[in-house]
Amino acid sequence: MHAPESSPLHGTVAEFDTPDGLLRAANAAREAGYKKMDAYSPFPIHGLSDAIGYHHNTVPWIMALGGLTGTVTGLFLQWYTASVDYPLDIGGKGIMSLPMFVVVMFEATILFSALTGFFGMWILNGLPRLHHPMFSALNFERATQDRFFLCIEAKDPKYDPEAVQSLLKAQEPLNVSIVEEPEFE
Amino acid sequence: MALKEPINRPEDDVLIEGQQTYETIGAAIDKVVLFNKIHNKWFYITLGLSACFAGIMLLAITYLLYKGVGIWGNQIPVGWAWDIVNFVWWIGIGHAGTLISAILLLMRQQWRNSINRMAEAMTIFAVMCAGMFPLLHTGRPWVDYWLFPYPNIMGVWPNFRSPLVWDVFAVSTYFTVSVLFWYMGLVPDLATLRDRATNKHAKWAYAVASLGWRGSNQHWHKYEQANLLLAGLSTPLVLSVHTTVSYDFAMSIVPGWNTTIFPPYFVAGAVFAGFAMVMLFAIPLRARYKLKEIITMKHIDWMCKIMLTTGLIVSYGYMLEVFFGWYSGAKGEVELTWYRMTGESRWYYYALIFCNCVVPQLMWWPKLRQRLVVVWIVCVFVNIGMWLERFVIIPMSLQINPLPAINRQYDPTIWDILLFTGTIGFFTMMMMLFIRAMPMINMFEVKDLWYRMIKRGDASVPEPVGASVGGGE
Repeated sequence: MHAPESSPLHGTVAEFDTPDGLLRAANAAREAGYKKMDAYSPFPIHGLSDAIGYHHNTVPWIMALGGLTGTVTGLFLQWYTASVDYPLDIGGKGIMSLPMFVVVMFEATILFSALTGFFGMWILNGLPRLHHPMFSALNFERATQDRFFLCIEAKDPKYDPEAVQSLLKAQEPLNVSIVEEPEFE
Repeated sequence: MALKEPINRPEDDVLIEGQQTYETIGAAIDKVVLFNKIHNKWFYITLGLSACFAGIMLLAITYLLYKGVGIWGNQIPVGWAWDIVNFVWWIGIGHAGTLISAILLLMRQQWRNSINRMAEAMTIFAVMCAGMFPLLHTGRPWVDYWLFPYPNIMGVWPNFRSPLVWDVFAVSTYFTVSVLFWYMGLVPDLATLRDRATNKHAKWAYAVASLGWRGSNQHWHKYEQANLLLAGLSTPLVLSVHTTVSYDFAMSIVPGWNTTIFPPYFVAGAVFAGFAMVMLFAIPLRARYKLKEIITMKHIDWMCKIMLTTGLIVSYGYMLEVFFGWYSGAKGEVELTWYRMTGESRWYYYALIFCNCVVPQLMWWPKLRQRLVVVWIVCVFVNIGMWLERFVIIPMSLQINPLPAINRQYDPTIWDILLFTGTIGFFTMMMMLFIRAMPMINMFEVKDLWYRMIKRGDASVPEPVGASVGGGE
């Protein structure tokens, strides 16, 4: 359909049949100085983030902030409703009966933190996104089944199709292929 | 790193049995979803029968809305009866799901990977059944939104010093977090189904539900962080939910309810019943859908041991209840303790002791833990026993009062019974639909476990095939 040279490239992809093969290739690519790459696997592989040089700690922080917001919201809600707007003395527990407020504060902490973590994680991952250039990669339907892919992306400053190809080939993959950016009408 | 030689171990000490590849593991699990032919008449009989009971539930609810809660056996002084018993029982059933998915994840108990998905689904459906009872019990379910704090023209707020309001927050948070955690775990597996489905409509549905998941490591990285933290949040959450449920009783001054042992004893009872319910489903399903290599005898064995342990904690709770009754020296408490053992409803109490304290002792014998029929029957007894426990605690404590003139024997009506059996039907129906439409075992975690087993040398790996092997130099 498109001549390869006329389409912008997404990157070069190598397919492996073991996680260890993928890890080794990712380490080799990082050591060769590539920065923009991503790996695709059916399950999370420990050490792979280090291998492709990926660091990201936003999720824990936003969840902590979400939780803190929940605690404060829970406290404010109960303080305002039960002590200011409609003060009631229940069983002589006092108007600002903090021990009675602990349960709802706790539940609000968990709820806010979980909601932040769930939605925040998807947003940071850019999902839902039903289309992606990688879906056109050779055999890519097996990335969710039993194959392991490494993609060195064209936006990497060092990217050169020939050099990348020979680097990946040296890692004994099942195959190496080129992925193009799809063109939308 | 080279793939190590398989090490011969006793068969029952392995979490995934047989010679496997990532492909065979995935196929063993997703065949239940992708191939209609695998479901024989028993699937449809169970589904149809449970759907009938779910219909009965709808009927019971409709009549209840038409007539009011007077159709139940609840009558002052027994204002809390089957409805609250069922609420506590269902919530307890749900707890094993969160325990397996969250607490065992934090403790790095990898054997949970094979059963967590099913247990999480169980949690969600059980909490649905549970939540229905207090909502209907309010008598005017159409104004149940009054339970939540919102500025209203009446100018009042919920009473935040009441354990019943805490319960609203605890249960609604629990349901929300359980659904989020469950769905998050499903997304990578739904992506696998998207890539394996051959039916066009199924493929389309899984593609949308999997949000375009492509297994990117940058996604996995954040996904794992969020997943682990959600597990960390769910752990205190699940303990807090049944604790809060027990506060509904423990914070009151009713004899038999006002006991400090309630929170831990309710949580242990929840885990006890929950594990029994997991096995009640897992044992027939693993046999029917040939999942014996993934849900192994080791899993059953460990679940039995947890059931035995929590059963002993619950038994300790019963002993302490009697001790507190005596040691309190309060007339009401002493009378209630005697009433449980010698009153007109004493058979409930003895049946409870038999089901929860005597029958589970069979699980001490390793041979009996391997007899699946025995295990299954013990699980049935445990679930009945836990229902009886809540019955003994809730309506029986209300039957006798400081003023003997108002003592009243509680009897359920047909509507109590229909609504309760209806929820069991609804629960079973939802479970059957779930195993039909979604992978009942977490595929990516089992594949991950398999990879770790290869690393440890625990797995028996078939000869690698193909020209270029990813193995080492």
